[in-house]
Amino acid sequence: MDFLNSITLLGNFIIVPGLVYGSQLALGALGVTLIYGILRFSNFAHGETMAVGSMVTILATWGLQSLGVSISPLPTALLALPIGIIAAILLCLTTDKIVYRFYRRQRAAPVTLLIASLGVMFFYSGLTRFVVGPGDINFFDGTRFIIRAREFKQMTGLDEGLAIKTTHGITIIITLIIVAALFYFLNRTKTGKSMRAYSDNRDLALLSGINPDRVVLIVWIITAILATIAGTLYGLDKSFKPFTFLQLLLPIFAAAIVGGIGNPLGAITGGFVIAFSEISITYAYRKFLTYNLPESWEPDGLVQLLSTDYKFAVSFVILVVVLLVRPTGIFRGQSV
Amino acid sequence: MSFLIGQNMTGGYGGADILHGCTIGVEKGEIAVIVGPNGAGKSTAMKAVFGMLSIHKGEVLLEGEDITHLSPQDRVKAGMGFVPQTSNIFTSMSVEENLEMGAFIRKDDISETLNQVFDLFPILKEKRRQPAGQLSGGQRQQVAVGRALMTQPKVLMLDEPTAGVSPIVMDELFDRIIDVAKSGIAILMVEQNAKQALNIADKGYVLVQGANRYTDTGQALLEDPDVRRAFLGG
Repeated sequence: MDFLNSITLLGNFIIVPGLVYGSQLALGALGVTLIYGILRFSNFAHGETMAVGSMVTILATWGLQSLGVSISPLPTALLALPIGIIAAILLCLTTDKIVYRFYRRQRAAPVTLLIASLGVMFFYSGLTRFVVGPGDINFFDGTRFIIRAREFKQMTGLDEGLAIKTTHGITIIITLIIVAALFYFLNRTKTGKSMRAYSDNRDLALLSGINPDRVVLIVWIITAILATIAGTLYGLDKSFKPFTFLQLLLPIFAAAIVGGIGNPLGAITGGFVIAFSEISITYAYRKFLTYNLPESWEPDGLVQLLSTDYKFAVSFVILVVVLLVRPTGIFRGQSV
Repeated sequence: MSFLIGQNMTGGYGGADILHGCTIGVEKGEIAVIVGPNGAGKSTAMKAVFGMLSIHKGEVLLEGEDITHLSPQDRVKAGMGFVPQTSNIFTSMSVEENLEMGAFIRKDDISETLNQVFDLFPILKEKRRQPAGQLSGGQRQQVAVGRALMTQPKVLMLDEPTAGVSPIVMDELFDRIIDVAKSGIAILMVEQNAKQALNIADKGYVLVQGANRYTDTGQALLEDPDVRRAFLGG
């Protein structure tokens, strides 16, 4: 019984949050990795693209709510998501036309594009703050929980509860759908294959008659979709705070690089590796150990390896170690 | 007038001219080989015919039509296939996907052409699901040639197809290239292995410093004492 209690404890505080946070990172890292694979630069504006996409989703959610539209028990934001996606697509395409295309024509070095993306990042982040302000926005509505901790305790008779929020379920299901659709697109459709070909060998792709402008157009559309969904899911799960998207940039890039940048499968794996490392290293294991150890061995402290304030240090350390030991990442993406 | 001809081509990569009034041509169903010492402009001549560098004098004609100002992509659409010397396959994609990408510009059913390529290179059919980057050097070259054949070109241009493969594989590749020529496709290739290449060539061009030095049938060049002494090692 103690053992089952301790497993439930881990499920509630590590496995469920890890899966959810991992899904959000995976979606973010997929966008970064696609841009890197096709346009050959690290897009630092990706986090803020997520912010702008979710911001428009929030505005649309408010609009729908004021009209009395609701899809309870699901959050209204899901209905507003397509509007956010369209806005993000327009924003990305406009930015590409105004900023990135110029440098692409010049055949600029990747670092030049990276710095340009940094500028774009500041612009996007200003845009977000200008429109909705820097404050915390909670835009979740609908039913809060799929399983409440109390109900779980009553059902199983355990002392520990396992709570699964609606947003957890939504995040994981949407991630599964998006990832399946993306892989179907990249591996089964002619357009998707042509994008992989362009990423693999640009000159040969041109020789084969693949239109580079079309590839660039499609990669921005996909990136905008992924960013908006990732940002909205993150905002639904926690809350929407503009500055968190700058902080998310580190774990997202860490996930993409750990998995092997340019490799979509790597981005997903990397997302979960980073999420689970962050959560399991900052979790306090005292209660877990109390369940499993004899009474006399009970720890006095929290048995927490690192305070949660330092969770970003975990991604940073993993990133540094991977770059030192295996720069191509788990799935051998392009070397950074 | 040849089926494909680059006449009197003069040009380079932007700096000094590399080609000086060079003329290269090939007939349908024939194999033309460009040989010459290092730095003679062999690959450059081929790239000029394919439009990968600008020539400021001379012209390129395909079936009598002036294609001098077409981009390489448009020349592919006009019926030319090109196999670069290096990076000529998509390493992370499967053999079959490589061939599909070769046929990217085609809107019709490609399965027949796919089968023809598999008939020509049976090993590719066996390895169709493998990433092309995992194949041996000779097999990669087969993928590269197969990819270029997928557009059903009228002219196939090969830049040193046997670079870095063993002599046995080289013979095998040359046999396949002869098969391709027999199907009515004009073949223009640059080769380091001059003797073996001239052996199968209907026409040979010996280039020196970006200009034609000798032009004759492959056999005649092989027998020419001057060519033998200067370029074929006696």
